[in-house]
Amino acid sequence: MSLQACDLGVKERLEALTLALNPGEITAICGPNGAGKSTLLSCLAGLLELDAGHVALDGEWLGRLRPQARARALGYLPQSPEVAWDVSVEVLISLGRLPWRGAPASEAQAAIDDAIAAMDLEDFRHRPVSQLSGGERARALMARVLATRPGWLLADEPLANLDLAHAAALVHRFCEQAAAGRGVVLVLHDLSMAMNHADRVVVLDKGRLAADGPPAQALSEEVIARVWRCPARWLGEPGARALSVG
Amino acid sequence: MNQRLILILLLAIAAAVPLSLLAGRVWIDPLAPETRNASVILMQLRLPRAVLALVLGAGLGASGAAMQGFLRNPLADPGLFGIAPGAALGAVLSFWTGYAASTYLLPVFALVGAGGAMALLALIAGREGGVALFTLAGLMISSLAGALMSLAISLSPTPFAMSEIVTWLMGTLADRSWREVWIATPFTLAGIGVLIAAGRSLDALTLGEAAARSLGVDPRRLQALMIAGIGLTVGAGVAVAGIIGFVGLVVPHLVRPLTDRRPSSLIVPSALAGALLLLIADCLCRILPLAGGELRLGIALSLLGAPFFLHLLLKMRRGLA
Repeated sequence: MSLQACDLGVKERLEALTLALNPGEITAICGPNGAGKSTLLSCLAGLLELDAGHVALDGEWLGRLRPQARARALGYLPQSPEVAWDVSVEVLISLGRLPWRGAPASEAQAAIDDAIAAMDLEDFRHRPVSQLSGGERARALMARVLATRPGWLLADEPLANLDLAHAAALVHRFCEQAAAGRGVVLVLHDLSMAMNHADRVVVLDKGRLAADGPPAQALSEEVIARVWRCPARWLGEPGARALSVG
Repeated sequence: MNQRLILILLLAIAAAVPLSLLAGRVWIDPLAPETRNASVILMQLRLPRAVLALVLGAGLGASGAAMQGFLRNPLADPGLFGIAPGAALGAVLSFWTGYAASTYLLPVFALVGAGGAMALLALIAGREGGVALFTLAGLMISSLAGALMSLAISLSPTPFAMSEIVTWLMGTLADRSWREVWIATPFTLAGIGVLIAAGRSLDALTLGEAAARSLGVDPRRLQALMIAGIGLTVGAGVAVAGIIGFVGLVVPHLVRPLTDRRPSSLIVPSALAGALLLLIADCLCRILPLAGGELRLGIALSLLGAPFFLHLLLKMRRGLA
């Protein structure tokens, strides 16, 4: 299932952006604050009205798809996701089945069980969301997206507020999802995470595409200096890089 | 879990209805049915009143549950949308103009008032479907309707009309007949049906507006369902009984811990619990001795509801501290 953005424009936020994203890959969207990362992700999820261009899923314009069909194909995790009511983890994850109205109950239960297994949440199945730690909560929210069994996972800063171990564990889960053939698109602030784990990095600057390619190329020291206006140096070996700033 | 809760509430209602029919200024002993006019009292006075309490209570309970789900706030009340004040304004105008004297015109005025408030709400909230704008529009309509009501009261043509208006606004089920039942029931049931249809979208809203949209929820459709559902239940209630507060706020709270806390699983149990609460409260109003008549249902519920609301606020404050 291909996802393409063609000549996207959102007033004062994105300009003439064209991208073709590949399933089975982790694509990281990076850029300084205000570069338009979340806007781009919202456009890819079909949640924003575009001023120009279109996003196409398998050649079909998102704006012309029925909301339910779009919801089945594109799983979206917003930045700082809220949970208004103190539901249990299982109920939270079951919300991911809402686009599949009319599907057999056994299929829904299987999808929920798979999502719980994929995010390693079996021990927390019946626990209220308010009693989860930050890392557990992030996994439960991701499981909610997985329960839809979407072709694409679009997550806006899923690693924010997670400690090192939890962030690494969640990244590992994303890699598993990509290996299973899903398209994974993540907005990431942590450039080392993008460098070490993404298959492709899209760098935005002031609403425009500044770089696009394999991490070593798109996040080169030269690009970082130009886009973030900050001298930086990559340390370590490929796959285990760390960024030294200043 | 939900089915058991619904069954228990249905059984409680089945038990409470016969009891409520026997209680009142004249107590009817089922074992000694020689009470004078017992069948008239039961069939023409108490039964319609009990049915009306069940119908309005169900409407208020369901609309409260849906409203809290829509605004994602446990302190939300169906009155917030300005539909109840709109309906009340319509009713007040019927007193003011003197049309309230003819049988069906008071509820018709109130329903038109509710419809006007719904239309205004839809117009102001516009196409975006954002909850914040919607709430502010509701508050604006509430205060506008409130101000116009006060204006109507202060400009009352006769002291009699003024006292009629003030008494009516207090909300009561006293002296209601089958006529009010026939007026309120279809609107309320239709409204509850609409709110149940909105249930899945309200569930999605648990995750916030953006996530709900990504799950396929159409915010405009949800907004239209909410306006229609709340408008029908609350409008019909105000049209026949005046303003009865706090049921919509308190009932979903009491019921929520007994469900899985999804808004959709709260609507039907809240409707049943609201019906039960209003039936019991109305029965107590009838029994309590009060010089010069009976305690007004609206006042009784506010007297009960205000401390409950305060308790909630204090609990939330402790949670935040």
